[in-house]
Amino acid sequence: MSLLSIENLSLAIHGAPILHGVTLEIAEGQITALTGESGSGKSMTAFATMGLLPKGTTTAGAITFDGTDLLTQSEPQMCDLRGREIGMVFQEPMTALNPVQTIGAQVMETILIHKAMAPERAEERAREVLDRVGLPPDRYPLSRYPHELSGGQRQRVVIAMAIALRPRLLIADEPTTALDVTTQAQILNLLKRLVKEDGMAMMMITHDLAVVSDMADTLNVMRHGETVEAGPTAQVLHEMRHPYTRDLFEASRHQANLGAAKANAPLLSVQNVSRDYPLPRSSLFGARPMFRAVKNVSFDIKRGERVGLVGESGCGKSTLTRAILGLEPIQGGQITLDGDPVWQNGHPNLTVRRKMQVVFQDPYGSFNPRHRVARLITEPFHLLSDPPKGPARDTAIAEALTAVGLKPEDADRHIHAFSGGQRQRIAIARALIIKPDLIVFDEAVSALDVRVRAQILDLMADLSRTHGLTYLFISHDLSVVRSITDRVMVMRAGEIVEDRPTAELFAAPDHPYTRDLMNAAPQLPDFPEAQDAPHPAL
Amino acid sequence: MLGYIVKRLISLAISLFVASMVIFGVVEVAPGDPASFMLGINAQPDTVAALRSELGLDQSKLDRYLSWVSGMLTGDFGTSYTYRTPVAQMIADRMWVSLPLALYALTLSTLIAFPAGIFAAARRGGPGDLAVTGATQLGVAVPNFWFAMMLVLIFAIQLRWFSAGGFPGWDGGFWAGMKALTLPAIALALPQAAILTRVMRSSLLDILGEDFMRTARAKGLSSRQALWRHGLRNALIPVLTIVGLQFAFLLAGAIIIEQVFFLPGLGRLIFQAITQRDLIVVESVVMLLVFAVIMVNFLVDLTYAAVDPRLRTRV
Repeated sequence: MSLLSIENLSLAIHGAPILHGVTLEIAEGQITALTGESGSGKSMTAFATMGLLPKGTTTAGAITFDGTDLLTQSEPQMCDLRGREIGMVFQEPMTALNPVQTIGAQVMETILIHKAMAPERAEERAREVLDRVGLPPDRYPLSRYPHELSGGQRQRVVIAMAIALRPRLLIADEPTTALDVTTQAQILNLLKRLVKEDGMAMMMITHDLAVVSDMADTLNVMRHGETVEAGPTAQVLHEMRHPYTRDLFEASRHQANLGAAKANAPLLSVQNVSRDYPLPRSSLFGARPMFRAVKNVSFDIKRGERVGLVGESGCGKSTLTRAILGLEPIQGGQITLDGDPVWQNGHPNLTVRRKMQVVFQDPYGSFNPRHRVARLITEPFHLLSDPPKGPARDTAIAEALTAVGLKPEDADRHIHAFSGGQRQRIAIARALIIKPDLIVFDEAVSALDVRVRAQILDLMADLSRTHGLTYLFISHDLSVVRSITDRVMVMRAGEIVEDRPTAELFAAPDHPYTRDLMNAAPQLPDFPEAQDAPHPAL
Repeated sequence: MLGYIVKRLISLAISLFVASMVIFGVVEVAPGDPASFMLGINAQPDTVAALRSELGLDQSKLDRYLSWVSGMLTGDFGTSYTYRTPVAQMIADRMWVSLPLALYALTLSTLIAFPAGIFAAARRGGPGDLAVTGATQLGVAVPNFWFAMMLVLIFAIQLRWFSAGGFPGWDGGFWAGMKALTLPAIALALPQAAILTRVMRSSLLDILGEDFMRTARAKGLSSRQALWRHGLRNALIPVLTIVGLQFAFLLAGAIIIEQVFFLPGLGRLIFQAITQRDLIVVESVVMLLVFAVIMVNFLVDLTYAAVDPRLRTRV
């Protein structure tokens, strides 16, 4: 008998339907994954189970937890269940903790709010449970504040809060999406271990099929608020009866058609570059100590080459990127593009700046919402001494939009009219419009759903072939880098530890750190190509 | 935390030094002779000369600055030209009205604003929220002297609960003094409370949308518990900034209310000193107010650090 059974759950917010008849079962000791793209309703299913739905939500169907229908419970009854019987872990560990309370107080609160123990005993339990999630009290005392911990450590605290009272159901909503691969692997192992040890049931929400295949006993594939396919994970991923599941799977391991790199003369040259940051003074009048974020790094990128730069957060890859773009001065070495230094006489060199453009991660935050697309994508024109005007400007806009698969008419619309994938196309159009030699992609597809991501990767590959573009592709996601680059550089603690052709590197990584990264990255199971004949949709 | 305090103290000392230079510079070094300026255009040359030597204007500028600063440090603010009494004594007398009035008004505005802001934020979009925000619109829009006159009309003239103005002094007892300050304090507090309520409400609403509030709900806290335990302290930072600014304003900016209620406060002292060209008084009171504002900001900075642990470690 299942601990949680959701039957025919439908849900609408202010009349707008979100879920249509979702049905699923989770047994104790089992991990059930909900997967699908953003907007598929997987998080809403979790919040419905927690009884934490936004105002104006109407529900139909039943969510039965241990024999009680949660949808009919009163708010005080739900408060009693939450944290005690059902725990929840969230996506964004950096903001999931209260910044002004110690981690001890926050873990103890779960215990005290349910009056489960006396305060002294609760403190002891908080220590035990933090130890259990890998934060031993001798190194991570209860008096620590969240800002003193890394993202992975904060996620451990969130998990400790969720499991402090040994709930019978744990809901994890994209618990590792915001974390580095190695941290992700540790957190996933921790969750798996806790489920096993406590015999908890776990509802795991993730968009990452590789994580799913590694973690979940059963799998629910959701789309547009409906379950399209469900069953034991291995079976679902093996059979892939529904075309949407197959789409997701194919998109997850999508390999963009790059074509052969026509690499010849070096375009970007980075020679012995170092970048220092001042740290807080240790004493009041002492000199400020410096932190060397990039240590004596050297590499070349040839014209037409597509190069990946991977590493975990804090490894210096963003710092290096800012230096290459000429946004910050460097403390040692030389960066040149086509022979010209990017930073000259204490200023960014404008002749170089107009030869490179950057595309950022967040397709929502990187546009001014008040401007129309035409104005947004012509922003780089200010780098030109003689920007096109009148009809020439319109032609440039139309060309850029067409190149990224949008229509010239889209120039008159505002950014909110576009989806995440379309916005990233617009960001690429903005980079293309001054016909740069080098485009830097800074985690440019990390925020996108897999199918959209596959499309954008194809677009990048096409543009590189047709326009002879050179790419520097920065990402923490190895599978993405693998699909879009000719060469990969692995960065760790300010140094490049490995720099080899992509195929070679992935076939036989040399450096132990590269091997660690690859082992930590969840792998898609290597099933045979999708079944021969198309199956009827479920 | 100690490093933070030391750093704040250094910045406080530098601010005071710069402020004293600016005030001294503007009043004393600016073109024109303060003595003849104070005496007006029809003054006799020997009167001006006498005043010059009395003011010490025949000494060098550096000497004058040093003696002014060292005088203030030892509590000697000089002698008022108009009243021929020590400025320190005049300020002290007025301070005994202005400081309690400012504190009284600030206490009232905080007592009104905190509950009102929390009430409105917890009922965002509901009728309670609308009523509170509507009332704050009114409070911000209506000038405090109009409130003052309405209060006098209702509570002094109609109901005769309070006197319409004047201050009996603290010699008549604490409660008599407080009673005389009540109507002015309310008049001062209402517009301030309206502003503070809005800040409290919007700050709290920002916090209610934070991820950690959802985490708190997932632990089993009711929405009310989550607001009190996790929302309030995080929402306090912007509120404290406004409270600090308001206190500084109340100390010296109560001039109109002091006029309406005939209160012998600092605001009136500056006003009179300026109209009578009593530059010694102006200089000293302005410096004192600058000192008060900087001190209040220092205290607000310390409170920030008490509220937010991230500030204690950051430099």
